[in-house]
This record gives sequence, structure tokens and C-alpha cells, in this order.
Amino acid sequence: MKLDSRLEYGLYAALLAIAVAFPFLASNEYQVYVMALAFIWAIAAMGLNIIVGYTGQLNLAHAGFMAIGAYTVGLLTVDYGVPFWIAFLLAGPLAALLGFLGGLLSLRLKTHFFSIFTLCVGYIIYLLIEKWDTLTHGTVGVIGIPAPSPIGPFTFDNTRSVYFLVLAFLVLAIFVKRRIVRSLVGRSFVAIRNSDELAEALGINLMRTKVLAFTLSTFYAGLAGGLFAGFVRFLGPDLAREYHTFDMVAFVLVGGIGTLMGPVLGAIALTWITQSLQFLETYRMIVFGPLLILLVMFWPNGIIGTYTRWQARRRESGGAASAAKRKSKELHDEARANV
Amino acid sequence: MSEIIIETRALTKRFGGLNAVKDVDARIERGKITAIIGPNGAGKTTFFNLVSGTFPLTSGELRFEGEKVDGKRPDEMARLGIARTFQTTSLFDGATVMDNLIVGHRLRTRSGLFDAIFQTARLREDERICRDKAEEALDFVGLRHIANRLAADVTQEERKRIAFALALATDPKVLLLDEPAGGVNPEETAGLADLIRKMAASGLTICLIEHKMDMVMGLADHIIVLDHGVKIADGSPGEIRSNPLVIEAYLGAGHDAAA
Repeated sequence: MKLDSRLEYGLYAALLAIAVAFPFLASNEYQVYVMALAFIWAIAAMGLNIIVGYTGQLNLAHAGFMAIGAYTVGLLTVDYGVPFWIAFLLAGPLAALLGFLGGLLSLRLKTHFFSIFTLCVGYIIYLLIEKWDTLTHGTVGVIGIPAPSPIGPFTFDNTRSVYFLVLAFLVLAIFVKRRIVRSLVGRSFVAIRNSDELAEALGINLMRTKVLAFTLSTFYAGLAGGLFAGFVRFLGPDLAREYHTFDMVAFVLVGGIGTLMGPVLGAIALTWITQSLQFLETYRMIVFGPLLILLVMFWPNGIIGTYTRWQARRRESGGAASAAKRKSKELHDEARANV
Repeated sequence: MSEIIIETRALTKRFGGLNAVKDVDARIERGKITAIIGPNGAGKTTFFNLVSGTFPLTSGELRFEGEKVDGKRPDEMARLGIARTFQTTSLFDGATVMDNLIVGHRLRTRSGLFDAIFQTARLREDERICRDKAEEALDFVGLRHIANRLAADVTQEERKRIAFALALATDPKVLLLDEPAGGVNPEETAGLADLIRKMAASGLTICLIEHKMDMVMGLADHIIVLDHGVKIADGSPGEIRSNPLVIEAYLGAGHDAAA
């Protein structure tokens, strides 16, 4: 166990080192931009993973809540002159508040009924943003969102500096999520995913626990949205569209559903695969689709899930093998003593 | 005089026009093994679902330790001390047996999201208690040696024992076991029966649904027979064995005439 956690921290440190070095190794600014955007989607996908991966409720309104966070920052800074960081601090909580209310309503439904309902909730959020143009600028979108204002000596006026800001939030998001999913709270989520009938028989309050997971996931979505607004600095209603949710579902599936780092790896991997298939233009889906199908067929637990299962089996059989070895040594010693 | 821990009076559940359970009076004694038997569709599992709070009663009364408990949710019933197992146990196959069991004692802990994010002393204490409980339960059912095995890799019989361990980890007073020996071979069935006896001997009240008559007759102190949602008999294994109504329910009317 000790060696495992040392290995785990080593892996985290290596990943962090690569992430920190990336802007200095990248051949152009565009690559840094793409990576930072992948990190933002990773934060949102981590939120989606809390409700979909850990709690087992396929929420399809996730992009809508990300848009709520993004528009909180966009509209407050552009139309109401609110300083960036104050607007940013409101993005997560506002998305979470609406997520709490939406969760109370939608979580009365189960399985695919819940998914269809949330698909509609997401679409309603999109329509509200698109049609309520006196508040949201409608299809014109929100233009001229200010860059994050400087914090002390740190300024965020170029891509590289915002990259590091986004990376800092990604690290924080991973850290907090790790604590949550490994705690008894996270175990309650997983119990519901396995079987809500069994979870309830174990004394877990289903509604309260699911609403908590939903609220948490929308907080992550809002936070990612706020970062998106400060990074891209332009917003359109399409951000709330369902295809962004499906992208995030793909990130979660590829990386490993219900794993800590899965959505992060999934977001980064798929972003770069999409980028590298860019030359195929619209035909890239012909490559991309079968690739995704193969992955879900042969690695249904995603990259991380497949790895952790393999590791757990190896550890268990290793333990059994060393026990057998001890046993045979004992027998051997006993036999010698008898002689 | 023995003490009654669960008592139902005229317990009734109607689904549309169907009486799944009708006017059942049942008394379950503390510390004893009570079996619910009956042909398929007799309402046994529905009876469990009513006692554990999964379904609301259509009418009648349900008392636990003398208190009226009808209308409570399953999680509230679990907190009162009624644990149950299901015909099939869904475990998280990607985690170890131990990891699957830790959540079993969650209902007796109070740490929440704040404790999780800030890793408070309360959370650490709660997690230690849950882990200890899980280990204790795993020891009790005799599966300590597979604590670190993936749940995907356990046998059907081990899965049944894990289901018992999960229920035990909730610190129950009553255990409702739905077909505890379903799908395991005769040798393993005997082992599970021993385990059920051991649970009763440790002071737990056991109520089980089972189709394997040998097991029921050898295990139960008291048997309640349901047929078409109605209680047709109630008594010791010996009394049930010779009850003509029970024989008729199992073998069909006209059996005597044919014989």
C-alpha cells in the first residue's frame, strides 16, 4: 500500500512536471492555447464524472451548466463592470445553485428518464441564452470579456500566463476531487451507482446524496465555464449545446469512467487526436467514430480503469503467490525437522 | 415469554387490482430464525419490501420494537436496524472486496462534504471506524483472505457471504435475507446455513426467504407460509411439514385424492 501511494505521488509529480514544461517545449503558441483549452474541458469533464462516473446518473445538461458559469463571468464583466475575479468567484456557486434546483427536480427520475429529462434541461438553458437577448446578447454573443486581472506579481495578458492559471485550477480541482471521491461521501456515490436499491438498504439517503453529487458536478462545470470565459474571451450560446456534453461524455469514457484522472487524460488525448485529424476536415469523424467504438468495445473501463484493474489483480495474485511460497517453505522446514 | 421484534397486522399491498400481500399478521421473534416460504409469486419478496420500507403499505400496520414504522424510507429503516440482502448482490466489480464493504457502516457516521474536502479529524475517525467494521464483518463471514481481491473475481458463494458482511456492517438488529442460498451448490448451502446459525447465535434476528426446503427445515425456528399473498400457515418446522394447507399449496389441490 505504501509503495503504491509513493508510485501514485510520483506519477502525479511527473505529470505536473510535464504540464509545467509544456509551454516551454511547445513549438508555437497555438499548441499552448489548445492545451489550456483541453485543461478547461478536463475540469468540466471531471465534474461530469462525479455525477455520471461515480454516482451513475447520466446527466446530459452538463454543457448548459458550464455555459451558466461562463455567462456569469461574461455578462457581469462586460455589461455590469464587475471586476473579473469577483465575477469568476460567482461562476461556480451560481452554476451549483441552479444545479441544486435542477437536481432536486430531475433526480426524481431514474435511469434513461433522467438522461432524457436533463437533455431537455440542457436544451432549455441553450434556448434561454439564445432567445433572452436583452440579458445574454442572444446569437450575437458576449464580446470583449476582459482577461483575468493581475494577482499581485502575476499578470494574465498572454496565452502562456493564462495556461498556468488554468493549470493551477486543474491541479486544485484534481486535489479536491481526490479527497471527495476517496472519502465516505465518495463511497456513498459509488454505492448508488452500483445499485440504488442496495445503497438505500445500507442506509444511504438516495435523494440527498444524488443532489449533492449533482450540485458538486455543476460547481465544476461553472468553474470551468468561468475559466473558459476568461480564456477565450468570447461567448456564444452554442457553448450550452448538447454536443459539448457528448464530447465530455467521450472524455470520461476514453479516460476511464469513475476514475480520478480519467476525464483529464481523456480530455487531453481526444483534444489532440481531434487536432491531428484536422487535415481530414469533416471526414475526421469517419476515423474518430470507429476509434471510439473500438475503445469502448475493448477497453470499456477506459485507460485508467483498465490499468487499475490490471494492477489490483497483479497485487492480489502477487500476495497469493508469496503466501503460497511461505506455506511451501514451512512444509519444507517441517519435513526437514521430521528427518 | 419471548420478545417480538417485528410485528405486522393485516399487512396489505395492492398493485392495481392484484393483492400481492393481503392481511398478513406476522410476528418475528428477537434472536430467532424465521423463514418465509411459499410457491413462486406468493408475495414473499413483497413482504420483505414492505418490512424494509421499499414499498409503502396499502393498508395495515408495521411495528418494529413496538413502534409504528410504516411510511419510513428504506434508509431510515436501515438506520433503525433492519438490514437486508437481495437475491442478486451488485458489487462494484472494479474495486476490492474491502473497498466494497467500507460503505456498509456509512449510515452510522456523520462526516460530510466539508469533512471530506478539509480532511477533518472527524472524517479520519469515521473512516477508521468504517474500515474496522468492514474487517470485523469480513472476519465474521470467513472471507478475510479475499479482502484485497477484485469483486469481479469472487465466486457466487463468496458473493453471498459478502452480501451478509455488507448487511452486518450496518450494525443491524434484524437481517432480512432474500434467498441467501440461491444459486450455490449443496455443500456451499450447508456452509451458508452454518453462517446464518452463527449470526443468530450472536444475537441477531434473522428472517429469510428460501426455496431450498432441506435448508429451511433444518435452520428455521419458525416458519411463515404465504400463498397468493395470504398467510396460510405459521408454526414450527414440524407443524408446517404436516399442515395439509401447506401440502396443498405446494403440490396442488387433489394431490391427496390422486394419492
